[in-house]
Amino acid sequence: MKPLSPIIEVAGLSHSYVDKEILKGLHLGVARGEVFALIGPTGAGKTTLLRIMDLLEIPGSGEVYFDGQRVPRSGKQRLAIRRRMSFVHQKPQVFNSSVYDNVACGLNWRGEDRNKIAAKVDCILETVGLKGYKNRNARTLSGGEAQRVALARSLVLQPEVLLLDEPTANLDPVSTAKIEELLSTAARQRNTTMIIATHDMSQGQQLADRIGVLLDGRLVQTGNAGDIFRSPQNADVAHFVGVENIIEGVVIANNEGIATVSVGDDHHGIGIQAVSGYPVGEEVYACVRPEDVTLTPMLHPSSARNSFQARVTRVTTLGPLSRVEMHCGFRLIALVTRISAEELSLQVGTEVHATFKATGVHIMERRIRQ
Amino acid sequence: MTKLWHGLAQALELIVSFDPEVMEITARTLGIAGTSCLLASLISLPLGSLIHFRRFRGKRVLVNVIQTLFSVPTVVIGLFVFVLFSRAGPLGDLGILFTPAAMVIGQMILITPILLGLTISALSGVSNDVVETAISLGASGQQLALLTLREARYAVVAALILGFGRAISELGIAMMVGGNIRGFTRVMTTAISLATTKGELELALALGMLLLLLALVINIVLNRLQQR
Repeated sequence: MKPLSPIIEVAGLSHSYVDKEILKGLHLGVARGEVFALIGPTGAGKTTLLRIMDLLEIPGSGEVYFDGQRVPRSGKQRLAIRRRMSFVHQKPQVFNSSVYDNVACGLNWRGEDRNKIAAKVDCILETVGLKGYKNRNARTLSGGEAQRVALARSLVLQPEVLLLDEPTANLDPVSTAKIEELLSTAARQRNTTMIIATHDMSQGQQLADRIGVLLDGRLVQTGNAGDIFRSPQNADVAHFVGVENIIEGVVIANNEGIATVSVGDDHHGIGIQAVSGYPVGEEVYACVRPEDVTLTPMLHPSSARNSFQARVTRVTTLGPLSRVEMHCGFRLIALVTRISAEELSLQVGTEVHATFKATGVHIMERRIRQ
Repeated sequence: MTKLWHGLAQALELIVSFDPEVMEITARTLGIAGTSCLLASLISLPLGSLIHFRRFRGKRVLVNVIQTLFSVPTVVIGLFVFVLFSRAGPLGDLGILFTPAAMVIGQMILITPILLGLTISALSGVSNDVVETAISLGASGQQLALLTLREARYAVVAALILGFGRAISELGIAMMVGGNIRGFTRVMTTAISLATTKGELELALALGMLLLLLALVINIVLNRLQQR
């Protein structure tokens, strides 16, 4: 779905550094007021895309449009357009001056009235919780505080488009939560258009109206969080968004939208049932999110469609959760709470029933994998 | 040996008693060097920023030339300025040979390359991330240059102090285009030179000690700045 009136848009964008192709023919439009999360692994080209959008860099080929107008490749107009945006770089770079001067500099450069600047700076410092830090040298701040100064410095400009590159990378969870809170408040209250590059899926899910998955210089899939997390378009996206079970198989039957997919190492007739329209004979991947797999003791066999006898091969603790690797003719990973892992006394060798719903399986055809 | 000790004692007396001639020469030295340093920095800071931020062909060559000019002998500059302002020279009509103005011009030629080169290297010391952050926040070219100079302020001030130190301690230019006229263009280095040849060791030593003292003060300030 294409947004109706993008405030910022890139078209046919390709870019290389030296001999490495970073962006490969990328199209993206972000509507006014929209919060867009750009997710992708390190090195996918997120930073390069943001730098081109902020007009720091001239793309090898392709165009940038701002508010419906094509941005020229040189000249004074670029500064005028850049001043309608603001870009918070990944590593917060504070200037070697007071917190006040840091936050005020963008307004000073725009020639705003001194008294207005003072009022705006005071207000934003209070918002980011740095009210008492006005006269501190910004270089003496902690990482989280410096990141908040960097954010305040951009927010105070009331930009039409706010570009953020990994705004919470390298921050502790408390600082991360603060920054995320600030961003969602700004998005709600000021209706600021935001483009947030992040490798943290949950952050994208939490803050964004729409998510784009950038893999290897291509925007592979865009959509809302549900689309991307439940129905990834190909195995790479699925893998990146945390679908740990990507099981190879072939559709062997399809009864009114319920497909049976034959899977397993030796193709000995293990069938996964899924809601899917793919016809018989299609080579597919069956994707199951590990948190959608439930485990029950062997004593209570389940009548659910996809229920398999499984032998636990590995248990890892992830904070409050346990990641359970099993074998049930194919490799299956489940994510369960630690309490239920203890109740089932899961350890290597334990036999359990692993169950997931037919609606919890996402089927994708294998040939679109790049 | 006794003569030397005697000279040293008298020199100290000249300094401690604020001898009018010693004080006058010192003040003039500081005034002329200060003026040349100020004027040279008015040229070097903007020009250095321009060279640093602009991309153009031959930039590296230009920077190399500037750095080579760090070590031009003062007598060569003295000769050049002398020829320029001598009666028959191209600017002879100005009649400023053997005036403080000619000395200031000579010293400017001496220290401008130093200030220029050190300004460029000071600006290069500011991280590219800081520069790009400023661009993202909407700085124009001029605003960016000012911010970067401010970020590099300690290195820039160090460059100014170094230039000033070079100006007060040079002899060739002061002698050749100033002429060491008593009460008019006589500065510490020319006075020391003359006093030594005349055998007035106490005056030469007094001025020498003061010059060293100034150098010491400059060095202390410089070190303090660089430790920040």
